[in-house]
Amino acid sequence: MQEMIDVYFFGKRYSVPADLTIMTAMEYAGYTLSRGCGCRHGFCGACATIYRVKGKNELKTCLACQTQVEAGMYVASIPFFPTDKRTYDIEQIKPTEQIMMELYPEIYSCIGCNACTKACTQDLDVMQYIAYAQRGDFEACAEESFDCVGCGCCSTRCPAGISHPMVGVLARRLTGKYIAPETAHLKKRVEEVRKGAFDELIEQIMEKPITEMKELYNTREIEK
Amino acid sequence: MITEAMRESIKKVEATRAERMGVEPKRMTADEKDALLKAYHPDYRENGFADIKIGPNKGQKVPAELGSLLNSNSRILHKKIDLSKVDYEADVLVIGGGGAGASAAIEAHEAGAGVVMVTKLRIGDANTMMAEGGIQAADKENDSPVQHYLDAFGGGHFAARPELLKRLVMEAPDAIKWLNELGVMFDKDADGRMVTTHGGGTSRKRMHACKDYSGAEIMRTLRDEVLNRDIPVVEFTAAVELIKDDKGQVAGAVLLNMETGDYMVAKAKTVIIATGGAGRLHYQNFPTSNHYGATADGLVMGYRAGAPLLYQETIQYHPTGVAYPSQIFGALVTEKVRSLGAMLINAEGEAFMHPLETRDVSAASIIRECSDRGKGVETPLGSGVWLDTPMIEMLGGEGTIEKRIPAMLRMYLNYDIDMRKEPILIYPTLHYQNGGLEIGGEGFTKAIDNLLVAGEAVGGIHGKNRLMGNSLLDIIVFGRNAGKAAAQKAKKIKLGTFNLDHVVQYAEELKKAGVEADDISPLLLPQYARHER
Repeated sequence: MQEMIDVYFFGKRYSVPADLTIMTAMEYAGYTLSRGCGCRHGFCGACATIYRVKGKNELKTCLACQTQVEAGMYVASIPFFPTDKRTYDIEQIKPTEQIMMELYPEIYSCIGCNACTKACTQDLDVMQYIAYAQRGDFEACAEESFDCVGCGCCSTRCPAGISHPMVGVLARRLTGKYIAPETAHLKKRVEEVRKGAFDELIEQIMEKPITEMKELYNTREIEK
Repeated sequence: MITEAMRESIKKVEATRAERMGVEPKRMTADEKDALLKAYHPDYRENGFADIKIGPNKGQKVPAELGSLLNSNSRILHKKIDLSKVDYEADVLVIGGGGAGASAAIEAHEAGAGVVMVTKLRIGDANTMMAEGGIQAADKENDSPVQHYLDAFGGGHFAARPELLKRLVMEAPDAIKWLNELGVMFDKDADGRMVTTHGGGTSRKRMHACKDYSGAEIMRTLRDEVLNRDIPVVEFTAAVELIKDDKGQVAGAVLLNMETGDYMVAKAKTVIIATGGAGRLHYQNFPTSNHYGATADGLVMGYRAGAPLLYQETIQYHPTGVAYPSQIFGALVTEKVRSLGAMLINAEGEAFMHPLETRDVSAASIIRECSDRGKGVETPLGSGVWLDTPMIEMLGGEGTIEKRIPAMLRMYLNYDIDMRKEPILIYPTLHYQNGGLEIGGEGFTKAIDNLLVAGEAVGGIHGKNRLMGNSLLDIIVFGRNAGKAAAQKAKKIKLGTFNLDHVVQYAEELKKAGVEADDISPLLLPQYARHER
């Protein structure tokens, strides 16, 4: 016999199997999801959710697809939150402290309440990565925010109105483009291809009969 | 809950671990692989397939679930759509908001075209976002695009279209460079050298990664770039049929607002189908690693408009989907786990195969272990084999898992499974459609010369099986090319009078063929609500 528990979606009670996630429990209850459902495997941040277990004070945030239901859970989805992405030209900006000041000045209004970190569905130290951004340490901000899925739960809890995931994206792009060391072997290979260094070889292999290709493939040397 | 049998089997895995370390299991011969695939790969199960009844691929095999959508009528067959009332107008209409669509939109915009992107969910709700392991490119000294070609051609059973595969491998280094210059944070060492590993079937270590968030890091960067360029992105709006004109060109698409149910019209000089895969059709009842919207809409729309399919009968089952716990059943366990050294182990603690055979061979081998050989581990939802993840920490040092595959660690820790200390149970999951709409080297369909396809919706790039890391690559290479080509083509296109005659003709042909078309297509979203199942 399947164990059933009572949960509350938007305040309405449903009896659902205890081993489901919040997302599959909503579907079990009869919801056809269009919003609040994306990759269903914890990578896209579409299913930001807020809940409180009956009788407990604490408000919790989670991804509906990665969280098992518990008895007495009061659940509300946050299918959209007005986070504020500022636009910029990645070719024109530089990784200086000023750029954060210009694009996301509200990060300097952080009051240090740490609500963002408590709300993070990925257990990231969100307040810390905002602190790194404030002082222009984009590489540290990028590293600390790297696993962010952009669900926006942090932003829903922020009294300063910071759009944390957007700050993280900017820091990562600055790091990837300007701060991380250049890759010489990549640059060289792109140049070789452009100059036609492989043109003849690729044409040759494209024209080989299948039997010869099979032989080449089955006897190719595999790097250890 | 973990069962007693699972606990007992873990002890056997632990008991053999020390002697397995450092011994590379034997790779299969070509003949062994062929026999294995024929006996155990789901593509060879006759009852999983149906025939296409009408259209350019009439009489060919197709997965039964996709077949039933192709043999269905349009959802707008009996709807009155006013094609003269245009809601969106563009030079280039991009259908789909994943990696291919975003790359196409950026390049078309860069080329000066007016671009509109429509997507039935949000931009970034796509399989791209979920790709974990990495992206291939032959950019190191011991490697070359020719070697990459050989690996991919052989891994795809010598069936890839040479003109497409050539583009994939030759343009790969530039794709990585483009992403890097957009700000994608690849794993590099202190000197800037890319940290690269093997994938199943690669002969050189050319897998570039961004931890195990490779697709997510690429997708969120592309999304940010699309938004920076102010390209209009119409979310929660599905394209449901292509619109054609009296010259046989495509002229845009009929759109459906997923929330209000309203139909709208997008007019465009060129259309790029970048709608991705079909995992949510659950072929042969497999679970899937795919995102919620992977329902083959683009294949259905394109086919109905007259564009042929290629290799639609070949599907990739990723060998390592989650078999336990049930909450994440079918979710992807990246191949990178094996690249980093974890072996595939059966219930008896035996390494039953080389961990880095190609995906189709690995999947078939796991299915054999769990069926005829009777060496699978029973789970509450079926069976599986072990992926011996503690080996990674032993080989790479403590902390390797947290550094290189943090998403996997997090996913399992949510359910109190610490993959650093205990092995995990896996079974093949429906992962990728190898086939799709047929295109030429420039990205255009062969039947309609202003209709392009990019990404997973394309057939022929990989042949009949795809190597790890070649899909993230193909969405970038073919997405970019499609965007550039569509922008150029749009300059030369003069549209005629709009119509939806092909939708009516398709219905008539189905009727003539004696098909009872009860369902409507494209599906748009899987039917998961209990009353719909």
